[in-house]
Parts: sequence; structure tokens; C-alpha cells
Amino acid sequence: MTDTTLTDRPPRLDVEALERMYSLMLGTALADQRAAAESKAGRLMAAFYPVRGMEAVCAALGETMRTGDKMVSTYRNLGDALAKRMPLRSIIAELYGKAEGCSRGRGGPMHLQDQDVNFTATTGIVGSGMQIAAGLGMAEQLSGDGNAVVVTFGDGATSIGAFHEGMGFVALWKLPVVIVCQNNQWGEHTSIKEYTAAPELAQRAASYGMRAEKVDGFDPMACVAALETALARARAGEGPTFLEFEHYRLTGHTGTADFSYVPKDELAAAMERDPAPTFRKWLLANGHLSEGQIAEVETRVRAELEDAFQFAQNGTDPVQADIYEGVFENDEFARSVDGA
Amino acid sequence: MPETTVQSMTIAQAINSGYHCAMEADDKIVLLGEDVAEPIGGVFKTTKDLSTKFGTDRVRATPIAEGAIAGSAVGLALGGYRAVAEVMFFDFTTHVMDQILNHAAKFRYMTGGATPTPVLVTTVVGSSHFGAQHAQSVESWFMHTPGINVCFPSTPADAKGLLMTCLESPDPSLLIQHSGLLYSIKEEVPVGPHRVPLGKAKTVRTGDDVTIVSYGPAVRIAMAAAESLAQDGIEADVIDLRSLVPLDFPAVFESVERTGRCVITHEATQFAGPGAEIAARITEDLFSELQGPVLRVGGLFTPQPFAKTLNRHPTSERVVAKVKQLF
Ligand SMILES: Cc1ncc(C[n+]2csc(CCOP(=O)(O)OP(=O)(O)O)c2C)c(N)n1
Ligand SMILES: [Mg+2]
Repeated sequence: MTDTTLTDRPPRLDVEALERMYSLMLGTALADQRAAAESKAGRLMAAFYPVRGMEAVCAALGETMRTGDKMVSTYRNLGDALAKRMPLRSIIAELYGKAEGCSRGRGGPMHLQDQDVNFTATTGIVGSGMQIAAGLGMAEQLSGDGNAVVVTFGDGATSIGAFHEGMGFVALWKLPVVIVCQNNQWGEHTSIKEYTAAPELAQRAASYGMRAEKVDGFDPMACVAALETALARARAGEGPTFLEFEHYRLTGHTGTADFSYVPKDELAAAMERDPAPTFRKWLLANGHLSEGQIAEVETRVRAELEDAFQFAQNGTDPVQADIYEGVFENDEFARSVDGA
Repeated sequence: MPETTVQSMTIAQAINSGYHCAMEADDKIVLLGEDVAEPIGGVFKTTKDLSTKFGTDRVRATPIAEGAIAGSAVGLALGGYRAVAEVMFFDFTTHVMDQILNHAAKFRYMTGGATPTPVLVTTVVGSSHFGAQHAQSVESWFMHTPGINVCFPSTPADAKGLLMTCLESPDPSLLIQHSGLLYSIKEEVPVGPHRVPLGKAKTVRTGDDVTIVSYGPAVRIAMAAAESLAQDGIEADVIDLRSLVPLDFPAVFESVERTGRCVITHEATQFAGPGAEIAARITEDLFSELQGPVLRVGGLFTPQPFAKTLNRHPTSERVVAKVKQLF
């Protein structure tokens, strides 16, 4: 991670695309910050997982995935949800457990989903998304719709059996899956140096019999390029790609968690590459956006965020009488066993 | 240190103290789990200082791999060691099921007694800020499999006592802790070795009108209900089971024989939950002594909803209402 120069813009990405990418990076960073402040103030009772450090990958996912592509994410999902163009209001309302939330307050922030944009599933169980992605990949392969499946998860998830089983399926049947490993160097409090003897995750992935590549996850255009290729291959039926995006976790594991155990020098070096501010500098230095255009984006992002938090805080609380809704399609039996 | 030296401890501290005592006394004890080593000492702080004191060979911060945590605990047991397999949340025990229920719980029996497999699985349940995959009280999954002890302490002293007993048990055990209880209550706990026998319930309140059976976090609910009932002249016997396998049926029967009425409460899902077995046994053995049916107040038949306005857990009001149905 010593080379800090950013890759050039591919011609395909116009000014609007660059604005969208900056919006997404800034939006996730500000939403993380706001949620942490709300938690600390006692107004938000939710465990949430900041995306800080992975914003560039998420922004690149936003520019390369199509609405028809399906996505499987984790608890650390805000950037993925925004990449899939989920409405911010329905995300933040879910964070507050409101009826207006994407999962009607039943799931909470760990289980965002939006079937309209194919943000298909999120799991709080480390590694389980990989297997679900294999099934979604089979569904795409069978239907021949030409969509890809993207699964995101952390470096730590490469330790669990579910991950390895899923990798085997995806490789064996050349499923149209793009495997996005967000290597932020940490699994909760444990560094990747301490939990594996084989920290080169992309190398490991290749041994399953699939295309694998390591990408600088702090370099937005490098992320775009890697994802474009991988998605195109998946859509063309040329099989899966494992992409290890290397970056660094810029916060604690959860929004309010202590992270004093993270080595100061490593964190400081990573902060130098903090995605949103670095991208901002790059946009200006390369003349892609003017100060005025950037200021406009920033004003809009802040206003959207304020609107979403207001919307959520003024939302409707689900009522106890509806607690059985959704246990089964028909809630009669669930109610009857409790005499409700 | 003599048992008489006591210190005020939370459940988290008492568990930690139990590990210290047990690992000092038995150098065959090995602890495996995510983030269990220093500087974190466990995400719930129950394994604090252990790796410093006993070394990272005996206190291993593992990769995120519950299946291998449990499986290697089984292997350690067969290799003459005694491993603690720590699983961060009860929900993640889905990943240990094969090793614990197909292997640890059956090895003694399947080998005609040749391979007892004394592993200890410890886990935490009870958080409400995470939603449906970090909140399930699934003790009945384990209770349903013959061959493994299941304990769920509600106090610091019991937590330490049951932990130390499990670490000396010849059989596999599951020790469940509740996140809502880990730091919220303090009591005097012996600083030195302390043991609470398996299968011995504790009467935490006496009364002759109704028996309320509970364990873990539901004990507080049962006690609050009992206090409220007392104001209406109903005196409840409140029993804290402490261990579910083995389960102290004699203590439950003694009480119900006296009161003629029984309500069972627990956070685990009521449908096919632990209370169902207890109610059935009371009905089978004490039918003629009963003034009414044995009633249950358990978790509703729903996953854990995220919204705080939806509550699937027992409340003292629900327990009071059930008890009053019996009068
Ligand atoms: C099966 C399972 N084990 C443990 C956990 C607790 N846990 C939640 S996130 C996490 C760390 C995951 O690390 P990584 O995969 O690198 O993702 P990151 O959190 O860094 O994004 C752990 C251990 C869990 N949710 N599921
Ligand atoms: Mg990580």
C-alpha cells in the first residue's frame, strides 16, 4: 500500500459518474459519522458497522453493477446498499427500526435488503453470504438472464468453512459470481497477520480454480477497472472472479467500539489515503470537477443525509400486535401456538 | 486460597475468575475462541489476562472458524486435554453443531464408554441491538441431544461455580451467559475455587401458593412477578434451575407438590422449548396434586425483531397474568 498515486479515469466515466462516486464515498463516511454521534447521544439503539476505508470499492461497485445484477452483502453493508442505489431514507429508517425501513423495522441495519434494486440478501453470520451467492449464481446460470452476482465480505470471512464450501461450488460450475473480498486487514480485534499463515487471499483463491486478482482498494479507478472486467466475464458466462480489495479499516469494528489496539502508524498511513478526501483532491487536481461543482455535491449529500435522518426519526414504530407478521406467509399458526 | 475469601464480582468477572482458578489447577485446560487473547481478552472481557498468564499456546485467539474451534476442542479432549470452545454468540453455535452434537455428545456412547469427550462450549446470548441472528436462546437444540450438560447461570457465584464444575465434568457441557446479566449485577463470589453441582436448582424465593420455574435472565422476571403477586396476597416459590441438563426435577416436584400450581418462564421460544418438557413431567408425575394446568411464559414464536417496540420475551406482567389464571 505504499504507492499512493491514483489510476487515471477511464473515458467511459463521465462527470456525472465521478460526481456519483464522490457522493457515495462522502455519503457513507458522513452517514457513519452521524450514526456514531446518534448512538453516543443515546438516540440510536443499534449496533452498526462503519464502512470507513472501503468507500472507494463501494463507489466502484456503484458504477459497474447494473440494476439486474444481484448482490449479497454483510452487516457492513451501507456502501453496498448505496452502490445498489437503495433509497437512503429506507436505509436510515431501518437503522432506527421504523416501519418505513426497507425491512419494516424487523431486520435492522444488519439486514438491509431491497428487492427492487436486487440488493438481494445480507447476513450477520460471517462467511454465509458466499454460499448464498453460489445459489444465486446457479439461478442466473439456469435462467440465462445474463446478470452477474456480486458477493461482498471481509478478509476474516476467508477463515470459515462456509466460505470455502461456497468457493468450491462457484469455481466448479463456473458460476457468474464476482467475489468481492474487502480486505481491511482486521477481523474484529485480530489482525490478518495473526489469524492466517496464508495472508495472500487472492493467491489462495486462485487455487480453487478461478480467476483471482489483488486490487488497491484505495484506488477508485483501479477498483472500477477490476470490477468491470470481472462483471463482464461473469455476464458472458466466462466464470467467476475473486477480487481481493486491499485497504484498511479506518474505524473500530462497530460504530462506537474502541480501536486503540490498531497500530498508530498503520492507521495514520491508511488515513493518508482516506477515500473521500483523497478522491476529492484527485478530482480537483485532474480538473475533472471544479471547486464549485464539488461544493454542490457536498451540499446535496449533506442535505440528503439530513433529510434521511429526519425522515427516520419521525418514522412510525412497528406495533406489538403485528409481531407475528412475516414469520410465515400466513401468520395463523405462529399466533395460535402462543394463544395470540 | 480458602473458599471463605470473597470479592464482589460481575458475571463477566466471575467467569474470568473461574478460568483463572481452573487453569491454574489444571494445566491441561486450553481455551479456543475468537479474540479471547490479550489485549482484548474476549469481546465480553470474560477471558481477560488469561493469555498473559497462561500463554498463547493455552489461550488461543483463533481464526473466525467456529467449526474448527469446536472440532479441535473435541480433538484436544481425545488427546488428553480439556478444551473450552468459546462461541461469541449463541446463534453462531449453528457452526459447532456437527462437532458438538454428532461427535462430542456421542463419542462416549458410540465407543462403549472408551472415549469420553469432556469439552466445554461457552457462549453468550441476549443482545437486542443486532436483530434476528444475534439473539437466539437455543438451549433446547442442545438439551434435545443426549450426552451434553446444559447450564445457564443467573448470578455471578453460580456462573463461576458452574464453569468450574463443567471444567471438571467427565462429559461435554454448554455454559450459556446472558449479555444483559454479564455486567449488571454484582455479588460476593469466592475468590478461590468454587463449585456449583450440576442438576441442583436453587430456590430464590419461598411461597406456598404457586411455583415459578425459571433460569438465566428469566429469573429476574420471575422475581419481579413474585413481588407483584405478593401484593395481591399470592406467595410464589421461585426456582432458578441453573442447569437444564441435568435438570433438578426433584426440587421442582417438591415445590409443586406443596403449591399445586406452576408457571414456567424462559426467554427461549416457548413452542417446543425447555418449559414444554418440564410441564409434561410435572403433569405426568403430579397430576393429582395440581390445582390447574402447568402454564408457560416463553419467547413468542417469532425471530428476534429489531424494532424495540416489538417484544418477544417474557415480561413480569405476562407471568403475573398467567399465575392469576390459576386462581
Ligand atoms: C460465524 C460468525 N462468527 C463470528 C461472528 C462475529 N463477528 C462479526 S464480524 C466479525 C469479524 C469479521 O471480519 P471480516 O470478515 O474481516 O469483516 P470486517 O468486519 O472486517 O468487515 C466477527 C468475528 C459472526 N458474525 N459470525
Ligand atoms: Mg476485515
